Amino acid sequence: MTDVADPPAETEAHADDGHGAHEEAHGHGGHHASLGLSNMKLAMWLFLGSECLLFGALISTYLLSKARFVAELLAGNPRVLETLPVGLAEEFIEAGSVEPMWDIPFTSGSSFILLMSSLTMVLAHKAVTEGDYRNSRVWLAATALLGSTFIAGQVYEFTAFYREGLSYDGNLFGSAFYTLTGFHGAHVTGGIIMLLSLLVVSFRGKLRQDRAETVELVGLYWHFVDVVWVLIFTIVYLIP
Amino acid sequence: MAVVEEPLALPSGESPVARNPLGAFARPRDVSGLKGWLTTVDHKKIGIMYGAAAMFFLVIGGVAALLIRIQLAAPDQTVLSGDAYNRVYTMHGTVMVFLVVMPIGAAFANFLMPLQVGARDVAFPRINGFSFWVFFFGGLMLNTSWFIGGGADGGWFNYAPNNGIAFSPSTGIDFWNIGLLIAGIGSLTGSINLITTVLNMRAPGMTLMKMPVFVWMTLVTQFLLLFAIPVLTVAQILLTSDRIFGANFFNVTQGADPLLWQHLFWIFGHPEVYLMILPAFGIVSEIIPTFARKPIFGYPFMVFSGIAIGFMGWGVWAHHMFVSGIGPLSVTAFTVATMFIAVPTGVKILNWMATLWGGKLILNTAMLFSIGLVTQFTIGGLSGVSHALAPSDTQQTDTYYIVAHFHYVLFGGALFGFMGGFYFWWPKAFGYKLSEKLGKWNFWTMVVGFNLTFGPMHILGLQGMPRRMQTYAEAQGFGFWNFWATVGAFILAVGVILFLVNAFVSYLAYRRADRPDIGPDPWDGRTIEWSIQSPAPNHNFDVDPIVTSVDDFWHRKYQPDESGKIRKVHSGEELAQPGDPTGVHLPAPSYWPIILAAGLPITGYGIIFNLWLAIPGIILTVLALWGWALEPADDLDPGPAGTDDDHGGHGPGGDHEPELETV
Repeated sequence: MTDVADPPAETEAHADDGHGAHEEAHGHGGHHASLGLSNMKLAMWLFLGSECLLFGALISTYLLSKARFVAELLAGNPRVLETLPVGLAEEFIEAGSVEPMWDIPFTSGSSFILLMSSLTMVLAHKAVTEGDYRNSRVWLAATALLGSTFIAGQVYEFTAFYREGLSYDGNLFGSAFYTLTGFHGAHVTGGIIMLLSLLVVSFRGKLRQDRAETVELVGLYWHFVDVVWVLIFTIVYLIP
Repeated sequence: MAVVEEPLALPSGESPVARNPLGAFARPRDVSGLKGWLTTVDHKKIGIMYGAAAMFFLVIGGVAALLIRIQLAAPDQTVLSGDAYNRVYTMHGTVMVFLVVMPIGAAFANFLMPLQVGARDVAFPRINGFSFWVFFFGGLMLNTSWFIGGGADGGWFNYAPNNGIAFSPSTGIDFWNIGLLIAGIGSLTGSINLITTVLNMRAPGMTLMKMPVFVWMTLVTQFLLLFAIPVLTVAQILLTSDRIFGANFFNVTQGADPLLWQHLFWIFGHPEVYLMILPAFGIVSEIIPTFARKPIFGYPFMVFSGIAIGFMGWGVWAHHMFVSGIGPLSVTAFTVATMFIAVPTGVKILNWMATLWGGKLILNTAMLFSIGLVTQFTIGGLSGVSHALAPSDTQQTDTYYIVAHFHYVLFGGALFGFMGGFYFWWPKAFGYKLSEKLGKWNFWTMVVGFNLTFGPMHILGLQGMPRRMQTYAEAQGFGFWNFWATVGAFILAVGVILFLVNAFVSYLAYRRADRPDIGPDPWDGRTIEWSIQSPAPNHNFDVDPIVTSVDDFWHRKYQPDESGKIRKVHSGEELAQPGDPTGVHLPAPSYWPIILAAGLPITGYGIIFNLWLAIPGIILTVLALWGWALEPADDLDPGPAGTDDDHGGHGPGGDHEPELETV
């Protein structure tokens, strides 16, 4: 597919007609963006607002389930006890919580990696805005790589927990933990796919300055997913 | 704005897209015929399809309702077994709520809202098509459970742990979960789309406080959907995980708290009831001023009471749970909140009555249905207040009194409002009026049938007849009113059929008369959708309307003369836009919305029956997402010849970019 040269007049026309090409529905661009925010960006914010409720409900479910799990364990419910290896159950009971499960230094490390990816995301957006396409590709790739490292860490963690005896279908804690963090992991994976798509588009020479908003939108999503992880990391791992 | 004066290089027959992304197909060009409907991105067609699909599901839900009434017509009947009865009432409730009332609201929002804000389409036309198809396929998938899963049997709110695999081993509830989850995706994308349209695409001059009340109610409704749907989605994912993947969220033997389901469901479910009624509130707020020949009384109060309902709707969910042992403090707090939410609703009713007061009423069918809503919703609202009080609610919970209450608000309220809306905007959608004569019959049969069906249920409930009871003994004394309720249900069914007959007969008359032009403004309307031709042309507005006030079109028609007396200075025909599409280009139709939507139910069947089956579904979904993302979003139809005055760059080989979409 050959790249299309862009005559200046066209670029100007294009830059003028707002960002979301969907707005073409409005042949006459006069009254777009009553809010001064492009349609795409507004839609992304609305979507993220909706996502807050999704994660809110999942986090509440996790908190409730974990509390009930610990209470049943301390009360010696045999049906709960039989879902865990004896050693792990004893550790939980002794600590009176699920803390013995966690490897805080490891998860802190992967959290740090995910947070750093927000920085590279910002740099990628800045590079596209300034027309520095080479660096935009570097930073997009770096963001995707950091995100993938986080996912790899999560896969490792899930595997380790499973080997230690925490299964998905055993008890409440396992179901809630894997569902909450798994949902977050799926969101990060979706973000990585978007980043890689951007990278492909960029290598084809289609991710020019006037498309910087697309990068910004992916960035919004990416930062949101990071912020949610800060919440999950605090609530699940750090708060006893 | 760079104005490029050269004619758009789109000679007919030549595709403006020089390449097919992914080697897939170019955007279709048909705007008529079956393919035109399947691939349409036109908000008006999508709105009509929402309405037609809802009518289809209304027939299914209605047949289920009649089966229930036949079973209960006399004591000790055995028309339906206990198991079949469970499935029939569950599917009746689910279909009516999710596949009839919600989509009719979506039909009006889609068809009407862009016309009322003076937009040419919604913000994301392809996503709009996707929203419809994903709702429709989700609904179809849910209904295939009649044949291959036996139908869900847990009641429409599907309480845990009764919804678990132990108590409901058939796949009915899995269909309920996944079908509604898929339909919910449509609601979510639809809400994002419509909110963006309202907030960002209003005509010049239309500030928020100059929007028609219907647009306001649509905005509030879509915000409720935006935040309520994900909570239901989580509940359904948890339940699916429990039932199919062996998770334990509602597994009581592992110490799970089944009340979690009730909380999640009603945090969704209470905003849900408001998002079902608010569109109907918006509709009658347009109809009543038109036929009372007066502006709406207290426009700001109408708007703010709608917003207040939207906010307070989030703080009342536990009034569905007064008997579940949530504790006296919670019960008190939710009692107070529930009584408070009656205030903005009361404000609306008062304002409608004040609008009617002293008006020169034109009692046509649309107006009758609107007055029907105001009256019957008030009855339902009053019985609602009676179970805001926890002690009284404890008596009424799970009796027919509750059934009577929510049918008065949802059928006597929402559906009556929608019927009024059909009669009112039918000419704008199809170019002809529905017959008034049949309409009056339609209205009165529905009023009589409705009140005869659901009025007696108040008495039955107070006598102690529990809902969801398959049958009753003669000695219980429920026979008399149950018999009359069944008679009423059949009268009501006749009323609904009369509406369908009216649509058909009126169309035949219209065609026989050689499709006379009804003109842009058949009702002497108030808002700007009446300033364009009927049926609304594909491109809606020739030029952006300039809005200066609430009821803008009315103010352009009626102005004060020298003595200050308001008189009609222009007819609607004089002011209306001629419907000339010159210079207008609309987004071309697209295959991707329906293809993407088709991938989801295949995946859903796979999750229920065999994960291998899910793989083609997932592959189809992913490919469709890619095809969608790479399809140039700004690909326009070849359209009527003419100049394109602000998009100069669309010559052949122009700068069409693969638009990477992120939503």
